[in-house]
Amino acid sequence: MTPDARPLLALRGLTKRYPTGDLALDGVDLEVPPGQVMALIGPSGAGKSTLIRCVNRLVEPSAGEVRLDGEDLTRLGRGALRRARRRMGMIFQEYALVERLSVMENVLSGRLGYTGFWAAWFRRFPRRDVVEAFRLLDRVGLAHMADKRADALSGGQRQRVGIVRALMQDPALLLVDEPTASLDPKTSRQIMRLLVELCEERGLAAIVNIHDVALAQEFARRIVGLRQGRIVFDGPAETLDAAALTRIYGEEDWSRTIRRAEAAEEEELA
Amino acid sequence: MAVSTAPDGTPLWRRRTPRGDLLVWLGWLCGVALAVACFQFISDRTIWMFVWDAPQQGADLVGRMFPPRWEYAHQLWKPLWDTVNMATLGTALAVVIGVPLAFLAAHNTTPSVVLVRPVALIVIVASRSINSLIWALVLVIILGPGELAGILAIALRSIGFIAKLLYEAIEEIDPTQVEALTATGASGAQVLTWGIVPQVMPAFAGITVFRWDINIREATVLGLVGAGGIGMQLEASINTLAWPQVTVIFALILATVLVSEWVSARVRHHII
Ligand SMILES: Nc1ncnc2c1ncn2[C@@H]1O[C@H](COP(=O)(O)OP(=O)(O)OP(=O)(O)O)[C@@H](O)[C@H]1O
Ligand SMILES: [Mg+2]
Repeated sequence: MTPDARPLLALRGLTKRYPTGDLALDGVDLEVPPGQVMALIGPSGAGKSTLIRCVNRLVEPSAGEVRLDGEDLTRLGRGALRRARRRMGMIFQEYALVERLSVMENVLSGRLGYTGFWAAWFRRFPRRDVVEAFRLLDRVGLAHMADKRADALSGGQRQRVGIVRALMQDPALLLVDEPTASLDPKTSRQIMRLLVELCEERGLAAIVNIHDVALAQEFARRIVGLRQGRIVFDGPAETLDAAALTRIYGEEDWSRTIRRAEAAEEEELA
Repeated sequence: MAVSTAPDGTPLWRRRTPRGDLLVWLGWLCGVALAVACFQFISDRTIWMFVWDAPQQGADLVGRMFPPRWEYAHQLWKPLWDTVNMATLGTALAVVIGVPLAFLAAHNTTPSVVLVRPVALIVIVASRSINSLIWALVLVIILGPGELAGILAIALRSIGFIAKLLYEAIEEIDPTQVEALTATGASGAQVLTWGIVPQVMPAFAGITVFRWDINIREATVLGLVGAGGIGMQLEASINTLAWPQVTVIFALILATVLVSEWVSARVRHHII
């Protein structure tokens, strides 16, 4: 992380108040340089999902700027917003695959932003998209599943398809909302490892919302802590200590949580 | 829920408070009283003499209906075929109009909640509130007797049925699948065809064959008002007191409905 590098994503004073009156984000300033995997942690209701949804405007921000490569996304019209969204892949907790479509169709749906309506309707995707789809499916170990319907897959397999769909967009940034919350501990680690590896291979930046602090410390180099819509911690994973966790989550005995993360790291090195 | 304490100090739980119990009993009492009053009302307006000899009259009619005149069936194949076609074409027409209407009426797909949705809902209600037999009566006056009136009558009634059930299905889809496609930068039309259509496809197939199944039954009576199909033969036979022919018509209608039931069950099973 070189501080003088131009950020890929820059949030300035990002604020979101829902019509119900909840102030979910309260003037968030955040910069993400290209290629950085950043974990976003915070208690339930802190505004993590809201933050990443404001970035691609699945949720309309109430105030502030979202700059992707310098372009303010909050001012874009429909067409320009669609083009900007192609550069941000999104990955969901509940996978959000179209259940009744095949794995291949789900993967290729990542190309919809680049494909005309009728070409997509008749499933006529350019050959290089199909080649890329097979290559990525092979990369995540699901090439033999291409023809299966998405609802025939296990949770871990579905999340891999979700990751491939996002990568098909050829994004610069991944927005990841609790990718492992519905998975068992082993699959969670595999998915997180896969995500981080793929980001490194392709030089992608990512914002990963995650509840598992140990997992966050293990896989992300930078951690940002959100509490009640405000950033209360921002630093390298090693510097996340009991005091920081108390600031993010409130008073609690954190010694075990942190030790677990350190133990996992040692295990990794061994 | 009522919680109280027994004299020995253990907590007691009842489903309702004593007052609530009393109210429920009063409600039942009122219901029974109303039923008795209604029976009295209907009884006063019924000529019981006719009702008491109903079994005899019925037996008499059945006697006149047998044996069925099976040769008559040869004249029925064409009207029966017309009946099935009326139901099928009417359903197809209703699908063509009802499906876009459903997307205009569903909360999550309508272009405008304030302007378009209410109009679509009114069209749906208007179509649903009028029975196809009444549509047929009106259309026979406008278009003259024949199958065309029957097809349109069936379509007009089915549009509302299909659109209503389909828009409810559209409103119940999983929104995260739609969000996921929106997030890829897909256009609105692409999100619709890739994210929403696959989700409502089973509901759509089920609704359509269900309505087709209903329409076969309805098409058999439309002939009574001159809108084509086997109902016209039924009316002619009843008017000439040709009861053995009526039996044959009943038997054929029953067979047709059984077949349509079987077909729709198969289709539904296959798609869902
Ligand atoms: N659609 C909505 N309408 C109204 N309020 C909302 C909506 N979505 C979220 N909120 C509110 O905004 C705040 C932040 O919610 P958000 O979902 O962003 O939190 P989160 O950090 O992702 O929580 P979790 O860890 O439980 O997923 C909460 O107070 C929540 O009640
Ligand atoms: Mg969330």
